Amino acid sequence: MRNITGKQLIVGGAVLAVLIILPLLIPPFGQHVVILTLIFAMCGVAWNIMGGYAGMFSFGQAAFFGIGAYTSSFLLMTFNVSPWIGLVAGGILSSLMAAAIGYPCSKLRGHYFAIASIAFAEIVRIFFNNWEMVGAAEGLTIPMRQESLANFTFNSSKLPYCYIILAFVLFALAVCRLVSTSKMGYYFRAIKESHEVAQVLGVNVVRYRLYAIMISAFLTSMAGTFYAQYILYIDPASVMVLAISVQIVLVAMLGGANTVLGPVVGAAILIPLSEYSRAWLGYKGTGFDMIIYGVLITAISMYRPNGVWGALAGVVRREK
Amino acid sequence: MNASLLLDVQGASKYFGGLQANEDISFQVSGGQILSIIGPNGAGKSTLFNCITGFYRLDKGRVLFKGLDITNRKPHTIGKLGVARTFQIAQVISDMTVLENVMTGGFLRHVRVGDVRLKAEEVLAFTGLMAKGNYNAQALSVSDKKRLEVSMALAMEPELLMLDESMAGLTPVELRGMIELIHKVRERGITIIVVEHVMEAVMELSDWVIVLNSGRKIVEGSPKEVVADREVIRAYLGDRYDAVCP
Repeated sequence: MRNITGKQLIVGGAVLAVLIILPLLIPPFGQHVVILTLIFAMCGVAWNIMGGYAGMFSFGQAAFFGIGAYTSSFLLMTFNVSPWIGLVAGGILSSLMAAAIGYPCSKLRGHYFAIASIAFAEIVRIFFNNWEMVGAAEGLTIPMRQESLANFTFNSSKLPYCYIILAFVLFALAVCRLVSTSKMGYYFRAIKESHEVAQVLGVNVVRYRLYAIMISAFLTSMAGTFYAQYILYIDPASVMVLAISVQIVLVAMLGGANTVLGPVVGAAILIPLSEYSRAWLGYKGTGFDMIIYGVLITAISMYRPNGVWGALAGVVRREK
Repeated sequence: MNASLLLDVQGASKYFGGLQANEDISFQVSGGQILSIIGPNGAGKSTLFNCITGFYRLDKGRVLFKGLDITNRKPHTIGKLGVARTFQIAQVISDMTVLENVMTGGFLRHVRVGDVRLKAEEVLAFTGLMAKGNYNAQALSVSDKKRLEVSMALAMEPELLMLDESMAGLTPVELRGMIELIHKVRERGITIIVVEHVMEAVMELSDWVIVLNSGRKIVEGSPKEVVADREVIRAYLGDRYDAVCP
């Protein structure tokens, strides 16, 4: 893996500066779009660790997103536990669930893994839909608490949420970079190529696949907890549906799986497009926003199958 | 000889349904040897490789490596214990560079990326692929892919290297290069088992040859003894040609 060069540092710093300043200048709806974008960027980065690097195409990330949202909310409402502790608890619970479902699936590859992941997420969703203790289909309305960082609650402005999720995304990127440049990252890529190759090289395929799933689940769960504290209302239909899982895969794939920053670029394109096209065109009831969205996805997958960032990175590498 | 006994295969048997792919095969390899396994197509050579390296489960028999029973252990465990192998069709990680491929093998013995990179570069210099270190593995020729596969195996610092048809499909020049490489590997003190069809290589490299036919070991001996053996000629050329032999 290449080291970070000075040029990359400058570009990265500039992007970060824009992300820090931008929310100060735009109206609340714009801030909302930035937050949504960063939520999906985080989930995309998390998906990329297992999907892009280790080759496990999960279409069930919504389960971990939902478990994260529900764990912190439930702990807060029932035991008055701080959402920050709930964040970690949700992450651990998601990782454990991921390991529990990942282990029996350790021989599944490609499409079969994808199907299993959908089944898993749907089971989790239906389970929560009927579980009275966590509100079943009615969901949970998280009580408004006093505004403070310790409470993970901000009523007067969306800005703190912008910066918290930005910090989360940076954390996820740091994890992804650490993984991708270490032994684990090399082993993930070997596993993606073929289980046989990995085994011959001495890789414990079952164990390393579990690592990938667990890291991914933890990060996705963090995004889920954030979502719950931001929206303050969750139900299975909003945090555990297949549409979220698909959106996460799209963000990562179209941005450029297998690159650290790809999913962030993917989210920056897809989420604003989806939100603004819905805001501007969706009310007419013509479904025109969905058409534009669909055309864009088709175009990227036809002409830039490596993703937007993957294509850009390829150009840069060729120029060198 | 027993002091340096490295691999001891005892009565290995493997069945696929009613088919006897390996039937009661026993042989030994001592440290520093080059052993060749030859035989016609379908004789069970690759199956035997897969049984020893843990990819297939043996139905009967045992495999001892350095006196340790490794029968039916997981492939990655066997790799960790010091057995590396290549495949009949070279298997490399296609979206990595040559250097990264070798580094992936090197992580078995080292953890720090810097150490692994040094190790990988040393191996590439040894196998003659240094100049292509930054090539994408997918872009390599068949010959270089096989060389890369050997490099990946060497990066694991094995005691036993098992090569499955590393000479197949090479040009005469490439063949010479591969034979030289295998000699060099042995000089490093690594024991080698090859499955091979290219007799030129077998004759030149092997200290000992075992011949399989229809899943059974029919003959073993020095290369010269083996090629003169009636059973071997019959296995390769059939009964009618056997009648012509003196």
